[in-house]
Amino acid sequence: MSSQTDQSVYYVPHNGWYPVWVAFGAFMLLAGLGTWLNAVKADEDPSAWMMYVGGATLAVVLFFWFAKVIEENHQGLANEQLKRSYVWGMGWFIFSEVMFFAAFFGALFYARNFAVAWLGGEGAKGITGDYLWPEFSSEWPVMANPDNSLFQGPAESMASPGIGSWLSYLPFWNTVILLTSSVTVHFAHTSLKNDSRGGLIGWLALTVLLGIVFLILQGWEYLHAYDELGLTLSSGIYGSTFFILTGFHGFHVTLGTFMLIIALLRAIKGHFSHHDCFGFEATSWYWHFVDVVWVCLFFFVYIF
Amino acid sequence: MSEVVEAGHATHDDHHDHGPDKGLARWLFTTNHKDIGTLYLWFSFTMFLIGGVLALVIRAELFQPGLQFVNPEFFNQMTTNHGLIMVFGAIMPAFVGLANWLVPMMVGAPDMALPRMNNLSFWILPFAFAMLISTLFMEAGGPNFGWTFYAPLSTTYAPETVTYFIFGVHLMGASSIMGSINIIATILNMRAPGMTLMKMPLFVWTWLITAYLLLAVMPVLAGAVTMMLFDIHFGTSFFNAAGGGDPVMFQHIFWFFGHPEVYIMILPAFGVVSQIIPTFSRKPLFGYDSMVYATASIAFLSFIVWAHHMFTVGMPLAGQLFFMYATMLIAVPTGVKVFNWVSTMWQGAMTFETPMLFAIAFVILFTIGGFSGLMLAITPADYQYHDTYFVVAHFHYVLVPGALFSIIAAVYYWLPKWCGRMYDESLGKLHFWLSFIGVNVTFFPQHFSGLAGMPRRIPDYALQFADFNMLSSIGAFIFGFSQVFFLYVVIKAIRSGKPATDRVWEGAHGLEWTLPSPAPYHSFTHPPKITDAEAHS
Repeated sequence: MSSQTDQSVYYVPHNGWYPVWVAFGAFMLLAGLGTWLNAVKADEDPSAWMMYVGGATLAVVLFFWFAKVIEENHQGLANEQLKRSYVWGMGWFIFSEVMFFAAFFGALFYARNFAVAWLGGEGAKGITGDYLWPEFSSEWPVMANPDNSLFQGPAESMASPGIGSWLSYLPFWNTVILLTSSVTVHFAHTSLKNDSRGGLIGWLALTVLLGIVFLILQGWEYLHAYDELGLTLSSGIYGSTFFILTGFHGFHVTLGTFMLIIALLRAIKGHFSHHDCFGFEATSWYWHFVDVVWVCLFFFVYIF
Repeated sequence: MSEVVEAGHATHDDHHDHGPDKGLARWLFTTNHKDIGTLYLWFSFTMFLIGGVLALVIRAELFQPGLQFVNPEFFNQMTTNHGLIMVFGAIMPAFVGLANWLVPMMVGAPDMALPRMNNLSFWILPFAFAMLISTLFMEAGGPNFGWTFYAPLSTTYAPETVTYFIFGVHLMGASSIMGSINIIATILNMRAPGMTLMKMPLFVWTWLITAYLLLAVMPVLAGAVTMMLFDIHFGTSFFNAAGGGDPVMFQHIFWFFGHPEVYIMILPAFGVVSQIIPTFSRKPLFGYDSMVYATASIAFLSFIVWAHHMFTVGMPLAGQLFFMYATMLIAVPTGVKVFNWVSTMWQGAMTFETPMLFAIAFVILFTIGGFSGLMLAITPADYQYHDTYFVVAHFHYVLVPGALFSIIAAVYYWLPKWCGRMYDESLGKLHFWLSFIGVNVTFFPQHFSGLAGMPRRIPDYALQFADFNMLSSIGAFIFGFSQVFFLYVVIKAIRSGKPATDRVWEGAHGLEWTLPSPAPYHSFTHPPKITDAEAHS
């Protein structure tokens, strides 16, 4: 088929059953999650079947959707112009992800610079804090909250112990791991450009491994926070910002690792060539993006 | 009509008629930009009627002082859902529908850049609104905290259905983000050779900029509702001062989304009006370049003015001053636009068909809304106006005779191209005058009741506001029923209107008018040649 397709024609699929089922799956997943959360909050017996139906629908349909797009590409239907559309699409999707994290970073900066200071009686709006919680003094990380009976502050924070002790500081090693993985995925790309399939597979596998190690260490850090530091989601604004930023980052690393595994399996099947590798490149951009987010996290959540 | 390549379907559907599928499958599975545009427009109209019914419940309750039809708790659900449905369900999808129909035709593309994702962007919406609207029928009642869902009303004190509201907003955001990505990819990658950026019709330009606004702020909205979700269900304290958070922080994050959102609803309207006025003035658009730069400036400024929505909440003085001056700066590029529209009409051979009437009403009434916006931008004055009916009057003037009138104008203007038939001109004019009178009778008195001190979002009010409210309610019912009449005019045109010519309007320029009416299912499989006559206007 591929030899007969006209590369000057932009391929517009005639129709597709995937999207409407993705919409249905997303609806079931979120409606189910909402029902489940509300039941848990109301101390009722939660039922999760809707969530599972939605999640399974999403997974299955997305698998077939991506498979179809890959198949169409193999048939030669995707011309250069269509591939440019994919590049624009992925690029601006990553931009929207940047803005998603910007909301949480914005919350962190606002809380640190304004909210907590004002509650502690400092600055332009400090008088409110003086009236409401005269005992509270502002510091970051916030170890004692304005009302510690509602939100019990953490015993210890995750703040950096100083550069001298970084060798025994887990977030430092996580930074090393993620930065290394950005380099390895770049080497995978270079191998692909040099038509070295072995190199591509090897470097990709190493990247996947680093991603998984990062996630395990991150899980370990969370356990440590909950069990030993008393740092939880409900330990006030420090715990809130810490877990939402690192948590959503971890979720994105999970997604990125999954994408890398798909790229690895496709590489093993012999899918990419040096001039036709959008699936791989999109994955690697995404991976660099989660890496950059981590560097920001390391600076603004852990160090400063 | 040329063919679209159909390879890859050799095994199962080897047909070559390339027209639409039959029956429901066409609409569920379609990847065609025109089908999807049609879906968006009908969906938007449905939401418009639902949101309109909620508005009429509000106006019926406010017809007289005292409580007559609904209890205050239900009244709050009406105001909240009226706002949410109109913003996210009626206005935004209508503009996306117009973009779907028009952008590929205007830039000479075969379809949207990512057709399957286009289908997904649409079909998420009915599910999202099913989730939102179903809460009105649940035991706990629907969202009742205002469309701006300020914490802690929307967190600590919210009905449990807020969880569905949050996920509904997530779904709408996903739809908007995918829709915007598609529009950007289409405009940047799918233009016919010769269609340079500065030759694009202004509707395309305004949508390109709007899509960037959406990409920048919908994720922030998603972040805001996610933090609400965590405060409600996972014990965090983002918006709770007892845990070191701040309810005011919610307002900052919300309005960082909310203010660009206002321009998301008005920039495409600017685009529509900039297409229609030159056609019926039989002159090219005055100051095309400055229109483009003004649109971009408005978009940029929209990111640094958000706190003018919250002057009374308590902000450092420097912040209040900054946001006041930055807000007033927006009047400059907006003034450029109004000047250009008026100059386009100046000494033109004008005629006043229905789309032109709506477009002229847009220019006048939107400008009134802009002026009341300038009044609200003055911080000390805003201390008086805040949370009064003056604010309600202001934003309804920019959204109803602003955004909505432009959508109606667009429907009258391009309907002949879409369905190949003309609407009935005298019915269209009747619809215009009913809407024009209705909208002014509804919202103009609200300026006065607001300045006299009537607060917004209340089901009952002091006696001295009775006359203005009665007038406002009468106007609302006139306006509401004239939109049902609009439905009749459109259906009549589709079913039995006179056949339209390809050019439709004598003074119309642009690639979409070079196509037959109705436009064929696939328009530009091979890129058209761009002539000077069809470039920007």
